[in-house]
Amino acid sequence: MTHEAGRQRGKTAPGRMRRRDFLAHTGKAGAALAAIAGTNWLTGQAPAFAQERTLHVLEWSSFVAPADVERGRQAAEFGKQAGVKVTVEHINANDLPARATAAIEGGTGPDILQLLSNYPLLYSAGLDDHNDLIAELGGDEIYPFIREAVRDENGVHRGVPNFFGGGANVYRKDIFEEVGIAGPPATWDEYLEAGKKLKHYGMPVGQSLGHTFGDAPGFAYTLLWCFGGKEVDEGGRVALNSKETANAVDFLKEFWLAACDEGGLAWDDTSNNRAFLAETIAVTLNGASIYFVARNDPRKVAPGFADRLGHFLIPEGPHGRYHGVGPFTNCITRYSANKEAARDYIRFVHQDDNFEKFLVINKGYVNGPLPKWQEHPMWEEDPAVTIYRELPQYGRNLGYAGPYNRQSSEAFAKYIIVDLFAKAVRGDSTQSVIESAERELKAIYEA
Amino acid sequence: MKSTTPPISTVSSNTLEATARLPLGKRIGQWLENEAVLGYVLMVPALLLIVVFIAYPFSLGVWMSLTDKVVGTPGNFVGLANFAKLLRSEIFHQAAWNTVIFTIAATVIKAVFGMWLAILLNRKFRLARFTRATVLLPFIVPTVLSGLAWLWMFDATFSVFNWVLKWLWQMEISVFGLALKENWGYVRGPLWLGSPSLAMFSIILVNAWRGLPFFAISFLAGLQTVPPELYDAGNIDGTNEFQKFWHITLPLVKPIAVVVTVFSFVVTFSDFQVVYILTRGGPHNSTHLFATLAYQLGMTSGNLGEGAAAALFMFPILGLVILWQLFYLRREDSGG
Repeated sequence: MTHEAGRQRGKTAPGRMRRRDFLAHTGKAGAALAAIAGTNWLTGQAPAFAQERTLHVLEWSSFVAPADVERGRQAAEFGKQAGVKVTVEHINANDLPARATAAIEGGTGPDILQLLSNYPLLYSAGLDDHNDLIAELGGDEIYPFIREAVRDENGVHRGVPNFFGGGANVYRKDIFEEVGIAGPPATWDEYLEAGKKLKHYGMPVGQSLGHTFGDAPGFAYTLLWCFGGKEVDEGGRVALNSKETANAVDFLKEFWLAACDEGGLAWDDTSNNRAFLAETIAVTLNGASIYFVARNDPRKVAPGFADRLGHFLIPEGPHGRYHGVGPFTNCITRYSANKEAARDYIRFVHQDDNFEKFLVINKGYVNGPLPKWQEHPMWEEDPAVTIYRELPQYGRNLGYAGPYNRQSSEAFAKYIIVDLFAKAVRGDSTQSVIESAERELKAIYEA
Repeated sequence: MKSTTPPISTVSSNTLEATARLPLGKRIGQWLENEAVLGYVLMVPALLLIVVFIAYPFSLGVWMSLTDKVVGTPGNFVGLANFAKLLRSEIFHQAAWNTVIFTIAATVIKAVFGMWLAILLNRKFRLARFTRATVLLPFIVPTVLSGLAWLWMFDATFSVFNWVLKWLWQMEISVFGLALKENWGYVRGPLWLGSPSLAMFSIILVNAWRGLPFFAISFLAGLQTVPPELYDAGNIDGTNEFQKFWHITLPLVKPIAVVVTVFSFVVTFSDFQVVYILTRGGPHNSTHLFATLAYQLGMTSGNLGEGAAAALFMFPILGLVILWQLFYLRREDSGG
């Protein structure tokens, strides 16, 4: 075959692209893209046609769905005012830490991470300095148990606590009456007696001891504190192995078998909500979300169900009453290219009128970061949730009685205290579970 | 006689000069005509993929495991301290033991039932092709979706298994007239994910359910290569079904069986999704595997060094398994 013949055979039909043309065009397109990317890479600037201010906020998916809607509305309003395109992404709270790790290590992702509990201290190296914002948005007036949970060992605040959640026991008043329980138990011993009756009736206490972020640690830590146990002392030294801890463990062993739904070992934060609304348990430690759904979503419950619900605080133990509280903190990432917009956004959601809307729509499910929010008329509107207003009096964060730090956050992330109790109710000896947890805590705190 | 062939050096220099005069595109074209060069050029994309997506992350993981890196910090070299720390941790011991039990149990179940299913599917019956395609469904459905369905079925309160058990229990009352109904009380049946042993059973079950089709279809492919004459010969010799399986089928599908089983062993050993969706390692770490523990340490606790070390504990074991497979295949290839 001659060269010419080859050319003839390779001739392209009109309108069809030849392979060589295709390569030439894609090569040019690639070069153009590379030039754009190169410009970006060299200057750190987005190309001119893509320069739009954006803000990416990562938050949990609230158990009170309208709260997420309100957050979205506020974000859109802020975006309009500030000329910023705001994206609020909601994910399962259990997945927030992994997203934060990936974002900080990758140096890209959300501009604002909403972190729970002491997690801002775990990620402090990847988070911006928020001291000025803290001072501006409440300073020392912010409840110490949430403010200290974001202040690192250098005194730098790694976020701004937006609100905090906590549990009270939601219970079925009608079932309590039916089984002859006079009223909400005031002490753990009374709670045990009430629980026995409920379990015998077939609607026990429902409590998670699973690997999940809220209900399980919220119960396990507070039980420990009520009996005088603590993972570390005031100086941050591991102090778990004590008579008080043993008393708490022994109590739960009895309480679990005599009063609780034993399926709780596998529960996450949604399980007790479902079980309560399905009327398989009569009482559970929870935020006001169960009541919220019962009151506002008639499709999910029998008529009049919400009227049969009441709430009581965590009972008093030999060492008093405590409530574990979970701060939800907005943290601007160090890598963010939109720090000023992020700061303005945080200021915006903390503005009284905006926070008020958020507080009211949550109907007792969240508490504000400042004591002034406890005076809001919302708390009086529905007596069923008024009790949640008292949580700050008893509020402690994970890591109490020591300083809140990275280690307390790590112990929480590894479920050391939750598993201490979970192993005990499985049947392991009290001393062995305490010693095992103590070794794990020492590996964290004394490494 | 005068030679018509110019001296070699003259040819080379002429050729080089001629090549140098060619435009760049043509010069590259000529260069690529050389198979030795073209071979390497064609390997470059695969090599890049391996370097970028396997070698680099692996090297980074090895480096991290030797540092005290926590999220957001560069980390300092600490030698084997992370490995030593893990070896002292009871949670790590438990995860290692769990991984061994999980991997062996799930792989054996998949191999045995996979072979059984393959033999059934190898028979001729109505809708055989449809059935073979349907059997693959658990393998095709994304694990996250099927995992959520299993989570619901194992739910402590709403488990369909427990509702069936409860129903059967009540049936027994009506059949035997025993007053057992009241004794059911708060007990909602087995705590599939709440009891350590049942939780382990549950994750093994789901892993086996998901992986079984892969075994079955692979074995089926092997079965279809067995010459039917061998079975005819077996029939003439008066062998029973088990003897035919043991002396004809099994030796002939053995190479495929070994490859599939080893591959499954590796994937099962490093499984993450099933446990993460169903138990997150609970109750009290009784279902943590190497992969989920590494995730908990590195991603949710922020100790990237420790998490990388936990993940790397898998490497020598899986490396040995793969080496064994390579040697086995090489021996088979050489007819050894």
